[in-house]
Amino acid sequence: MFAIVTGIAAAGTAAQAGGTLIVGMTAGDLPITTGNPDQGFEGYRFVGYNLYDSLVLWDLSGAGDKAAEIKPGLAASWQVDEADTKRWTFTLREGVKWHDGCPFTADDVVWNFGYGGDEKAPQFNPAQFAQARAYLGTYAGVEKIDDHKVAFTTKVPDALFPYMMSYVLMISPCRAKEVKYDWTAYADKPSGTGPYKFDKAVPHQRMEFVPNTDYWDKARVPQQDRLVLVPMPEASTRTAALLSGQVNWIEAPSPDAIERLKSAGMKIVTRVYPHSWSYQLNFVKGPFTDKRVRQAANYALNREDMKDLLNGLMLEQYATVPPSTPYYGKPLLYKYDPDKAKSLLKESGCLPCKVTFAISTSGSGQMQSLPMNELVKSQLDATGFDVTLQSMDWNALLQVGRGGVDASPDINAINISRASQDPFNALIRHVWTGAWAPKGANWGHFSNPAVDKLVDSILGEFDTTKRLALLTQLHEAMNEEAAMIFVAHDLNPRGLSPKVRGFVQAQSWFQDLTPVSVEP
Amino acid sequence: MGKYILRRILYAIPIAFGVSVVCFSLVYIAPGDPLQTVMPPDATAETIAIVKHAYGFDKPLPMQFLIWLGRVVTGDFGVSISTRRPVILEVTQALSNTALLALFAVPIAFFTGYVMGAVAGSFAGRWVDRVVTGAAVIGVSLPNYWLGIVLVIVFAVEYMLLPATGMGPNGSTGFDLLQWSNAKFLVLPVITLAMIPIGILARTTRAAVAEVRNQDFVQTLRAKGLSEWAVTRHVLKNAMPQVMAVMGLQFGYLLGGSILVETVFTWPGSGFLLSKAIINRDVPVLQGTILTLSLVFVATNLVVDLLQSLIDPRIRRG
Repeated sequence: MFAIVTGIAAAGTAAQAGGTLIVGMTAGDLPITTGNPDQGFEGYRFVGYNLYDSLVLWDLSGAGDKAAEIKPGLAASWQVDEADTKRWTFTLREGVKWHDGCPFTADDVVWNFGYGGDEKAPQFNPAQFAQARAYLGTYAGVEKIDDHKVAFTTKVPDALFPYMMSYVLMISPCRAKEVKYDWTAYADKPSGTGPYKFDKAVPHQRMEFVPNTDYWDKARVPQQDRLVLVPMPEASTRTAALLSGQVNWIEAPSPDAIERLKSAGMKIVTRVYPHSWSYQLNFVKGPFTDKRVRQAANYALNREDMKDLLNGLMLEQYATVPPSTPYYGKPLLYKYDPDKAKSLLKESGCLPCKVTFAISTSGSGQMQSLPMNELVKSQLDATGFDVTLQSMDWNALLQVGRGGVDASPDINAINISRASQDPFNALIRHVWTGAWAPKGANWGHFSNPAVDKLVDSILGEFDTTKRLALLTQLHEAMNEEAAMIFVAHDLNPRGLSPKVRGFVQAQSWFQDLTPVSVEP
Repeated sequence: MGKYILRRILYAIPIAFGVSVVCFSLVYIAPGDPLQTVMPPDATAETIAIVKHAYGFDKPLPMQFLIWLGRVVTGDFGVSISTRRPVILEVTQALSNTALLALFAVPIAFFTGYVMGAVAGSFAGRWVDRVVTGAAVIGVSLPNYWLGIVLVIVFAVEYMLLPATGMGPNGSTGFDLLQWSNAKFLVLPVITLAMIPIGILARTTRAAVAEVRNQDFVQTLRAKGLSEWAVTRHVLKNAMPQVMAVMGLQFGYLLGGSILVETVFTWPGSGFLLSKAIINRDVPVLQGTILTLSLVFVATNLVVDLLQSLIDPRIRRG
């Protein structure tokens, strides 16, 4: 009772101009607050980058027509050692304070890499290790140079290393020591350097943040008074919550709810972002080892029909990344051409071309998984394929994905939607021999010496302009090879109450909530 | 009587053990992995191995089971893989949230179902019976998540009288039943949940009442000159044990929490917890919840049996 009264009183005093932003998330639960969050990139979007900063951040101002790029974060600058390209120096921002008041120093950075990367460190947290490890593939070690400088070493020269640093969030060692490395206790009073401070949470129900008025980037001090995050895994629940005024922001309204929301005066914002709803293919066994069959599958898809199915909430995908990506180039596009698909199949001798696709019933970023897969099947079947959809729940599909083709040789394609946020995750991990599953994300064991050579030169090219040209080459090569069956880019729809002001959607999985205010 | 109760409580031990073994095996037979949620989709084999070791999932299954059992006996249910909170806390909180719904849904459902069934049974074969039985069939067949969504559209979206989802307003940290701002969150889920057992209870009560009415002693009562009202009272009392058995089971189901209703209303109860634990393969939570729920079921059945024997002396003698 007392807690409720104080809660209402606190909300009352805080109600100035900025208002309370209440977000209905698609997540099934509140993301964890101990650093790198769970619940996929939605966890990073709402909890991760709000409570915490990484050395390198994403520019989410939403300006321009290009996909979001990285910018300095807790590190003001970084550079590779020209004599030894496996060594990077990161110069840290000065004057930054943790939410608990301790100053941010080079020791904290070193400590954080022990927290999420070194099993022998006393502060090691296996859950954080699991989250961070995917981004530390080439990381070898870190050392303090002085209070505001650290040096990283990588196992091999890795020009994309700064991108990876954007995914490793820094937590306060001060607070961690205060709770004696009890991560359950830490989760209830997390401390970062981010634009928001943790205020309170009711497990499974809601989490509340307040602005960090001392944030080091004055341009990004939150304009709203309070940010409330509510997990709402059911799409119809989110829609009802927005319509009834219980929340003023929802993630991913379902396509059939868009008209209803618009008629009630809600704003629907969409923008293409680095998301790919595609199929990774089996290059070891079965029909897709033949490039003609892969191209046939791409020509067989009428992506405009798919767009109709989703009430327009997608961009037709003809290449690995959306056209607004700097390294898009001029890829060979597989526009709908059923005759060409049929003749390619005939040429390859695979008729009817029996293939099995592993798909999920739902899952993070999978959009309308079942109807979309049914449509793909009917379009492919119409040109001579004979598709069997093997559907399973999200957790099981992820397991099939991790195991790679060796563990499931009879599956010809797998439908796990992917984030193509940075060049490594967008391109390299799908086609590099060094990323063969289960070691990496190259599920179907694609391997091509020319592509591998290109990847090596990308990782070894520290000049941004020259690297961009190489990345463009790689992107075009992946299309020429038909390395995937390309289907759709999600448009990241959000439903906003008309009272929500100031949001500019960036071409990114992450979004900046700090400029948002809510009218009373 | 005391001996009987003790014996029944002892029976609960093998039941709980059996449930745990079956549940533990099912989780591992199902495809998927308990550590999937804590790892990004691209985790490498090496990462998985290190994390598995840290969580103790690299040990052989029977060993994992025994370690878990050993801890449970001492009251330690472990820690949730996905939230890192103690399982015992997760389970008790979820169970009390569901119990709160059941506390209101049960009397509504039992009263309505019983009255409907009693009326239908007393007028078996006549038009009243047909109307009530028809309503009960509709009640049984109505998907409750659909009803929940319709109620939300009408009362939350169109008329904005009640909240659409959640448990308690923003800013609150506890649930205070005496405040309307909190209590209004109960209304729609309680109504939706109450609809689940009404149909089946009405059907059972009708059958029981109709059956008892055909028995010889009812004829005798009428022959003795008892009023129809007094006869009905005897009939209802005799039909009660059968109805109570079903009520007990339904009570257990409601405490287990309806996964669908709790998902539609984002009510953080045991059904919601269970469904999340299944999706995430959160084995400690799954084990803890199922074990607790099975014990609740056993306890409910025991209470029902004792109540039955209070009402019907024949059961005690038997």
